Amino acid sequence: MKILYPFLSIFVLIIVVFIGVHQADLHFLFGIIIPYVSILVFLIGMVLRVGYWASSPVPFRIPTTAGQGKTLPWIKQDKLESPSTLPQVLGRMALEILLFRSLFRNTKAELSESKLAYGSNKWLWLGGLAFHWTMLIIIVRHYRLFLEPVPGMIHLIESLDGFFEITLPTFYVTDALILICVSFLLLRRLLVPQIRYISLAADYFPLFLIFSIVISGILMRYVLKTDVVKIKMLIGGLLSFQFQVPEGIGTMFYVHLFLVCVLGIYFPFSKLVHMGGVFLSPTRNLANNNREKRHINPWNPKVKIRSYPEYESEFREKMIDAEIPLEEEKNE
Amino acid sequence: MKIYDSGKIGLGLIFFIALVTFPFWVSIGGNKQMPELKMPDSAHECVESKEFMRTNHMRLLNQWRDSVVRENNYIYVSSTGKSYVKSLTKTCLNCHSSKEEFCERCHTYASVRPYCWSCHLESE
Repeated sequence: MKILYPFLSIFVLIIVVFIGVHQADLHFLFGIIIPYVSILVFLIGMVLRVGYWASSPVPFRIPTTAGQGKTLPWIKQDKLESPSTLPQVLGRMALEILLFRSLFRNTKAELSESKLAYGSNKWLWLGGLAFHWTMLIIIVRHYRLFLEPVPGMIHLIESLDGFFEITLPTFYVTDALILICVSFLLLRRLLVPQIRYISLAADYFPLFLIFSIVISGILMRYVLKTDVVKIKMLIGGLLSFQFQVPEGIGTMFYVHLFLVCVLGIYFPFSKLVHMGGVFLSPTRNLANNNREKRHINPWNPKVKIRSYPEYESEFREKMIDAEIPLEEEKNE
Repeated sequence: MKIYDSGKIGLGLIFFIALVTFPFWVSIGGNKQMPELKMPDSAHECVESKEFMRTNHMRLLNQWRDSVVRENNYIYVSSTGKSYVKSLTKTCLNCHSSKEEFCERCHTYASVRPYCWSCHLESE
């Protein structure tokens, strides 16, 4: 069920586009309305999600450190694993966001000769890193359809990506890489028993969704062929709020676009928000300076302080009666 | 709902929204017109239908190149039964006389950079 339902829902989504575009001729709905809905839901959803996270106070420093913290001058601090200043935190975060530092520490528990042993396991790190970078390059590459004139940087990325200059149109290395990476991430969940056990429908759905986006994009580029100029017209119309749906764009484009829109709508409500979350992990983005600086809990209640002289002045008479010595007299 | 660290959060969110919506900002006001192509005066039909040529001309040219270079086969018989010489400069550019005003209009628009002209010379 955890695998079948996500799979079937992707299947249904694709059928919906086919019927909608191919049979019912709803080009305006799938080409204009749904993309706008998607980008609005994506942006508003992400803002609300980040706002929700930011409403949780983090009064104290709770970084998970993996190195020597700042201490005596003759003990060397591990500045990236236990940062104590803002630049060091930025370095640590950059390492985390760009290179997935913490996943690099991934270990695998194994029973060898009835002893439990932990070994280094870099495959998930490698697959995940390759997947995310490939995805970034592919998204940036798509900006040739969003920007007019196309900036030189996009040309550079395209020519690097199409370095091999084989097939027609030029084969992109990232197209093959993302297929390999998504397959790896999916097979890992399907084939490793422990990971299969903890995988949920919400883990499979984005994988299937991204997989079908990749497949539809590859089909459109290499096999079925579409009119790129008309697609850029449609997207240019969306971006400049001049609604136009050129005739004669293949159905596969609408499948691709609709699945991307579904991804955008699904994004803020799913595990995919780790895109924003990675920036806001308190165990990573806080400096380890608990002892250097005083951190005051923001929701500490205001305590009404009453000093001893105040107490004494209120009960002076009774204290004298009970022969309790007064501080006032001592000081005199 | 109190937002903690609202300065940093706000800055990050503004950066995020600006990044995502940046194609909108640079496109607003720009009138998106189809690239204008200079159509030939002399001929009124291409070797294949306009729709086919729009999406598949690159494949056709690739097939032409392979069959000319590898099989010495210079004659292309179109789906309507007409025969053409497989040649970019002699057949295609004979009607579409200007590379700048025909080929490159769309290629620049869609950021496509075919390597035709690394071997072929543009005839005047």
